[in-house]
Amino acid sequence: MERLIRKYVDKLIHSGLAEAGAPLMGARDAELIWNREDENRAILEEIFAGLHISTLLFALPAEPYRTLVDFLARPSPGTIHPQDTETRTFLHDLPVVTSLAPVEIIRALKNRKCAIVPGRGIITYGTVSPEQAFVTFSSACFACFVKFFADYLRDVRNGSANPEQKAVFQQVVDYLGSPARLDFSLTHGPFRDEDTVLTAMEEAGKATVDCRLVDSYFGNISCLFNDILYISQTGSSLDELRGCIDPVPMDGSSCVGITASSELSAHRAIVAAGTHRTVLHGHPKFSVILSLTCNEKNCVLRGQCHLRCPRQRQAAGVPIVSGEVGTGPYGLCHTVPPALAEHRGAIVYGHGVFTVGKNDFNDAFASLLDIENACRKEYFASL
Amino acid sequence: MKIDLSSGRTEAKRPEREIYARWIGGRGLAGYYLRDKVARSWDDPEMPLLFFTGPLVGTTSPTSGRMTVMSRSPLTGTAGDASVGGSLGTALKKAGWDGLIITGRAKTLCGIEIADDQVTLVDAAALAGAGTSGAYARLKKKGAVALAGPAAEAGVRFADIVVDGHYAAGRAGLGLHFAARNLKYLTVRGSGKIRIASPEALKKANEDVRRLMAASPVLLGELGIGQYGTAALYDLLDARRMMPTDNFRRTHFDPTRRMNAHAFRQRYAPRRTGCRGCSILCKKITADGRSLPEFETLSHFSALVGNTNLETVMEANRLCNDLGMDTISAAATLACHEEIQGRPLEPSEILSLLMDIGAGRGIGQALGQGAAVYARACGRPETAMTVKNLELPGYDPRGAYGMALAYATSTRGGCHLRAYPISHEILRKPVATDRFTFSGKARIIKGAEDLFAVVDSLTACKFVFFAASLEEYARIYTAVTGVEFSADDLLTAGERIDYSERIMNDRNGFRGTDDDLPARFFESPGTGDGHLEIPPLDRDEFLKARAAYRRIRGLNEEGRPTREKAAELAIDWDGCSEG
Repeated sequence: MERLIRKYVDKLIHSGLAEAGAPLMGARDAELIWNREDENRAILEEIFAGLHISTLLFALPAEPYRTLVDFLARPSPGTIHPQDTETRTFLHDLPVVTSLAPVEIIRALKNRKCAIVPGRGIITYGTVSPEQAFVTFSSACFACFVKFFADYLRDVRNGSANPEQKAVFQQVVDYLGSPARLDFSLTHGPFRDEDTVLTAMEEAGKATVDCRLVDSYFGNISCLFNDILYISQTGSSLDELRGCIDPVPMDGSSCVGITASSELSAHRAIVAAGTHRTVLHGHPKFSVILSLTCNEKNCVLRGQCHLRCPRQRQAAGVPIVSGEVGTGPYGLCHTVPPALAEHRGAIVYGHGVFTVGKNDFNDAFASLLDIENACRKEYFASL
Repeated sequence: MKIDLSSGRTEAKRPEREIYARWIGGRGLAGYYLRDKVARSWDDPEMPLLFFTGPLVGTTSPTSGRMTVMSRSPLTGTAGDASVGGSLGTALKKAGWDGLIITGRAKTLCGIEIADDQVTLVDAAALAGAGTSGAYARLKKKGAVALAGPAAEAGVRFADIVVDGHYAAGRAGLGLHFAARNLKYLTVRGSGKIRIASPEALKKANEDVRRLMAASPVLLGELGIGQYGTAALYDLLDARRMMPTDNFRRTHFDPTRRMNAHAFRQRYAPRRTGCRGCSILCKKITADGRSLPEFETLSHFSALVGNTNLETVMEANRLCNDLGMDTISAAATLACHEEIQGRPLEPSEILSLLMDIGAGRGIGQALGQGAAVYARACGRPETAMTVKNLELPGYDPRGAYGMALAYATSTRGGCHLRAYPISHEILRKPVATDRFTFSGKARIIKGAEDLFAVVDSLTACKFVFFAASLEEYARIYTAVTGVEFSADDLLTAGERIDYSERIMNDRNGFRGTDDDLPARFFESPGTGDGHLEIPPLDRDEFLKARAAYRRIRGLNEEGRPTREKAAELAIDWDGCSEG
């Protein structure tokens, strides 16, 4: 348990979600243990006692998340409603509480996976592993980032951006840093054996996380080799893929890949078309933000953009398509593969980007990076 | 509704709202009505046989078509319940009843026929000895049907109840309660409507769950159980080297690739179907009306008994279903017999032994007492792979340490469904955990037991919790009932339900030492693959995890429930229902 606490506290810091020394994480099996001393431990222990949980995480997010989260939490009457896929599917919404009073936090956490305390931080929990607390914290930061920038672009276009919004925008832009880049080549294909395939996937996955083209560490990656689709497992960390890649026979003769990514169907359809052997999927922020901003007035399908869109939209020269996670009637498995037949990438509304490569991950990764950087440029050009 | 088969009298009972709030429905409410009778012998006429629906049954909420059957188990002596699908729960709810409490013993073989508020006891002598498939064909026009088969009439301890011809209320030997009451069947037809407190809120909450289901590879992915049934797990469990093989003497089955779900689909081209109100559709039915085997059935009638013939698995499954007996217990008892006998069973022997068990004929009579009793009678108790006399299913605990602890602590014996740690140890949901450590598992297992006590009480399907959580289901519960309950409030009720079962088991003489595994798992390794070793479980680590579990569960050091914890959970220590 101590090892897991250390691991996810380090991940929070390494991924820029919290500053060193900020995360306070406690976990309990028979006994409760903490990563460090803190004046708020007594409050959190009271929260622990009031819930059926095994992990609690409390941390002030690092910038720019801290400013964005606080800005969104202020006017929201009790709840923030982001529109990105991750929130819609898994978190639903983000409750805001007014203080660190345990009774208030317990009430929020009895119903949702996190609680935002403006000016103090975000509290999340896990019932099985500290990983859940980390993922929820990361997803809440991602959702607030995407919501702020998408709302701001919309309001600027409408002429309704207020002074406070503008001030926050100016403040957080300074924290964004330079666009990501990769200074080395990934392993070149065609790959000759299974070991090389697995190593190349691990390398590309780690590069995707290191360049922060993900939310938490989620995304998925696959490579077709000898009629087997090697694909990352559901819920796996793109930067820790060792032992988390499923070999799925293309002829469907084994269900061993039942733990494969929820986007297996999309990956399979993409490589089955014959042109590409590698697929990479990340959740880069500005691609998601641009996908959420639409100029169409009075659209009859407003509110259903994630399910279906009557327009052919593009950003960074690639299509923006609708589609939900997985294989449902509105699943992205129906929209992404046809889009990739003619483009190097496709952006899924509110969700992320899929890119493809011919023999290795160099072109897929370069496309992912290019699309995100182009979307970022396009975003600021639109203001 | 209470039905007394001795007198033929019925009585409507109307529990107070508080009872529903504390026990939810399904397993929780059935347990509430079992509590003060549980110390009686299982075949005492006053021992109730309980059929209970949950608050979500009959609504549009996903996977809400299940219900609970419960009594004291003839096989294990524990409080014994089974969650069962089909249409019986929905029919009962639409007939206006949340549950049935059946007591007494009819003078001659009878059936109970319910049509809304009318209850009729019908002579069933013509169905004596009838298989469930034939009897179902004759009864299905009367509505939803629950039946016992010939195995119950032959005294088989793992006799089950078959609903709508295909859905088994298995594991606890509840079919034997039918025979003990001279009851052959129950039919229910309901024409009422279920009131929903907030249809709009229910619609929104349902959408949230359906979105999560679509995002779940295990449920609705192209290799998931919606496509292949639970047999989809077969390849994976073998790949993880935890397929129980040769009566748990090995954990890898070489012929897996030709016995897997794909092979069955290729050969039998089944159609998809499922419980009322479910979109997963995990049940697979062939053109000739047979069910494809579930994972546990497939695993045990292939790897556990060393059978490599697909049709033998199909026939074994059909026979168990028709005779009305639990497939896991039947196969595990045969595997025990095989080990004692010291030679493999031929496919034809597997089938003929099943028929002998179902008829109470020859050696079948001894085998019908279950693996533990049979192995003891043979002087080879170590060959019974059971916990609290319940035969273990298709997940070798040496490959998943949470599963090891969960088998031991389950209130109904060696059951995979009480905490289903396979969810995180193998299927990575809600997140992956290290399957080869006990660290953290005590609290995880306790939490999962509470969760599934709630699920069995709502009554929903456990599978949907590979994708959704109580966070979504609490909103469904509130939308349906109008009662504001959070996920955490529901977990408190789940904790109460689980603890109440521990009190019942304690009353029947179960002690902490019964929360243990067969010695084989601590003494012998599983089958590695050259890269991965499957060592025996570390006894000390297991005992430490069990001790941690006891502290977390609020049991004393000997593993027994306490008055103090019962009071904290608002459980009446001395008795609870008005019976």
